[in-house]
This record gives sequence, C-alpha cells and structure tokens, in this order.
Amino acid sequence: MKLDDKLYLVRYNTDKKNHIKLLDPDACLQCEDKPCTRICPAHVYHWDEEEKRISVGYEGCLECGTCRVGCPDNIAWDYPRGGFGVSWKNG
Amino acid sequence: MEKFDVIVVGGGPAGLSAAISAAKAGVRTCVIERGDYPGTKNIMGGVLYTKSTEAVVPEFWREAPLERPVIEQRYGILSGDEIVSMAYRDPSWDQPPYNAHTVLRVKFDRWLAQQAEKAGALIITETVVEDLLYDGDEVIGVHTGRSEGDLGAKVVILAEGVNNFIAQKAGLAKPLKAENVAVAVKEIISLPTEKIEDRFCLEPGQGATIELFGDSTQGMVGTAFIYTNKDSLSIGVGALIKPLISAKWTPNDLLDALKAKPYVKRLLQGGEIKEYLAHMIPEGGYNAIPKLYRQGVMVVGDTAMFVNGLHREGSNLAMTSGKIAGEVAAQAIKIGDVSERSLNHYDDRVRDSFIIKDLHKYRKTGEFLESNPHLFKVYPEIASKAMKKFFTADETPKKEVQKQIMKMAFEKRSKRELLGDIFSAWRAFK
Repeated sequence: MKLDDKLYLVRYNTDKKNHIKLLDPDACLQCEDKPCTRICPAHVYHWDEEEKRISVGYEGCLECGTCRVGCPDNIAWDYPRGGFGVSWKNG
Repeated sequence: MEKFDVIVVGGGPAGLSAAISAAKAGVRTCVIERGDYPGTKNIMGGVLYTKSTEAVVPEFWREAPLERPVIEQRYGILSGDEIVSMAYRDPSWDQPPYNAHTVLRVKFDRWLAQQAEKAGALIITETVVEDLLYDGDEVIGVHTGRSEGDLGAKVVILAEGVNNFIAQKAGLAKPLKAENVAVAVKEIISLPTEKIEDRFCLEPGQGATIELFGDSTQGMVGTAFIYTNKDSLSIGVGALIKPLISAKWTPNDLLDALKAKPYVKRLLQGGEIKEYLAHMIPEGGYNAIPKLYRQGVMVVGDTAMFVNGLHREGSNLAMTSGKIAGEVAAQAIKIGDVSERSLNHYDDRVRDSFIIKDLHKYRKTGEFLESNPHLFKVYPEIASKAMKKFFTADETPKKEVQKQIMKMAFEKRSKRELLGDIFSAWRAFK
C-alpha cells in the first residue's frame, strides 16, 4: 500500500490554522540534504521544484514531532490547537 | 482562576497514574489532555507490564480493555531473507499474576482515565497547555490555549510525552537531539483471531511478541516488532533519527522493507491495514535524563526520558514514575511545602527504583551502539551464516564445519576486532 493510501486511513479533525512554520523559507534553498522531505513519516514536507520551496502539508501531520528534531533550526512545529489534528483509532 | 492542588499535563500512562495516586491520596487533581479524550493522541508498540499497572489499579485485568496476555517473547536477527531467532514461552503467563499484555492505547488509556475519574480526578480534554504560570519564580499553575484558560495548581506534573515543550520552557529539559530520539512507525493489520493463534502457535486468547534486529532496520540502531492483538497485529519499526537521516531512509520505506521480508510477510499474509501511525521514542537513556523537579513541578514518563530501549520497557517506567510523583505531590501539599527541597523526594524515590537503576546500568549502551554501527550489520550476517553452516547437511565433517564457521567469522571481523567488540560490549552492558 502506498503512503498516501495509508494516510487515508488516519482520522483527522483538521484545524484551519497551520501548526507548522518554516522560520526562514529561504534557508531551505541553501539546505542541500533537505532531511525534512524524508524523515517525516507522513511526508508533510515536499520540495516543490517549480516554486523552489518546501511546501508544507500540515493537514497530514501525525504529530510525532520528528521534523522538529531533524531540522531544529528551521522548523517550528507545535501541537495543533486542542481537539484538532490526528485522532487515533487504535493507538 | 480555578484552582487545583495538582495539575497533570498529559493523559497517558504516566499522567493518569500520577492523577490516580494523587486523587487517591485525597488532593484535588486535574488532568489536562489535548485529545478528544485520553488515548486519541497516544501510541506505543504496545506492551503493558502487569506489575507496574497493578500498583496503580489493583487487578486491572478483570476490567481493563487488554488485547492478549504475552506468553511468548521472541527475539530474531534478520539478515537478508534469513533469520536466526530465539524465544521463551511460558503458557502460565496467560494467568494471573501475568507478566505483560498487549494493548491498544486508544482503548486502554481511555479506560485508565475513567479510573482516574473514579478516584476523583477531573479530566479536561481538547486543551493544550502552553506554559507554566509563575508568580515571580514560583510556579502557581498552567496557562492553556483556551481563552481565560489559566488554571491554578500547587504542584504541576509534566507528563506531556516525548515532545517536552513545557519541560524545556521550565528550564528542566533540553531540546531533543537526533542521536537520542528514535522515530517509529507502526501499522495495525487486521487478521482473524484463529489465523493469529495458528500462526503464532497460541491457545485461544494467548499472545506473543517478536522483536527483530539487524536488517529490520537496515543495520541502523533500532528495532522492529510484531505484537499480537485480539484480531489484529501491530507491526512497527523504529530507528534513531540521526542515522536515519544520514542513510537517507524514510520511516515508511523502512516499514515496507520489513514487511517484505519472507519471515514477516508470511505472518501478515491476508491481513488488511487498518491504521498507519508514527511516534518518537526517547532513547537518550541515563545521560539524557532532564532535571526531574523544581519548586512546584515534577517530570515523569517519556518527558523524563524514562525508556529502557534495550528491554523495550517504557509504559512501566511511565506508570511507576507517575505513581511516585502523584504520591509525592499529595504528601507535599498535605505538609504545605511544595518547595524544590520537598519535591526532591520524587527524585530520591525514582533513583531508588528500577527506573533509574536500570537506565544507569545501561548508561553506556547508547553510545556503544551508535559508535559501533557494524554491530547491527556484521553480526547479523555472521550469526545467520554460522547457523546456516551448522544446519546444512552436505557431508562435510562437523569438525570441518566448525573450522569453516570460525574462518567465516574472522573474515568478517578479525580476532582482534572481535575481542575488542566483546570487551566493549561487556563494558557497556555489565
């Protein structure tokens, strides 16, 4: 099963408010490795070659916090507001 | 501002155990949970240990939503398509006083929260705690994301999980480091009960666990696991974030590679994926334990780095640390002294328990495993090649087989290196 299909199985109560911020989007241009595009289990971070920027699909965030550890200098990740975000069915 | 004696930040096993023990000791206790109800944000592999759980809720197994009592624990080392494995089975582990059960946290934590409510604790859901409230230097409560959301407390217990936001703001914990934290992904795969019991050779209701090393993490520091639930399997894999980044793996690819291994594939066959989950595991061990207390605050569970990765124990460290913190909080409130000196009892008691004793015993293993990446690559290969030679009946005299095994091992790892590994392993695990 593809990752997108797996994520389709996850229950979300999506907040309109984005809980993920790139502190300096230009810094991503200088970042060769772009670990955020691999380390996030939900592939929230995607390098947009046309726009030359990291696009952030916060709606698919599984709230593990790995991005914050993998890119501590440029990703400001916080919890979604209370009651929003992922809501596990099994845990 | 509404005031409580104890506010617990986070409704997981650590926080709810803290709430139960504080409420039972007669102090006004409140748990603040960001999910719809305790459990919906919570993940683990999931093995729940009887001894630590029973200390919080006596005879919990009569009522708690458990999956299966674990009667067999298997360790396997994967190398390519091969596996070397070893297991221990005790059928009597399906009876009280049980050793451990598999659980699904959404169900279990919800039930544990109900026990906290029965004990008298109030549970506030859908609320994120953003910071501690101070009067000068003194902690006097918490600030939440709700409007007029300040709540007063004499003692705040931080059970916020691996993402230690508040503990960091309070100056107790440091930012998480990529070499100290693993990211794990897991799938819940549904399978009929009889299939699970047949595939794992279980009597009705019994459960088994498998931990897989070596190629399960493509040689990175980490492990994979397969646990039996009532009518599903939990399969997951976790590796330290640092090697995962440098080896350019994604967590999902790691899990898919594991599921494609012949041994694993056969166990999962015909199952249907029900959920895909992700979580971080604090693996920093003894050297990464934050400051555990200050005036009016204690840190428990994952927030305190209380995970013994080597023995895949975490929920028990969480519950025991939570229980102790709840008791210490109640006692401190009763004597009217929530100063740093008074809450030092919490530190004393966790240091005197298996929690910090075990983490201290393995204080060197993390660094040992990280600085010897060949261990997860070379040794699985040596083990499977040795076993293959041992079991192959090709008319080679056994004495010659033995020689070939030694020769093969020394080709992969010289005598000097092998002795060095044994010595440093002994130093790291003793």
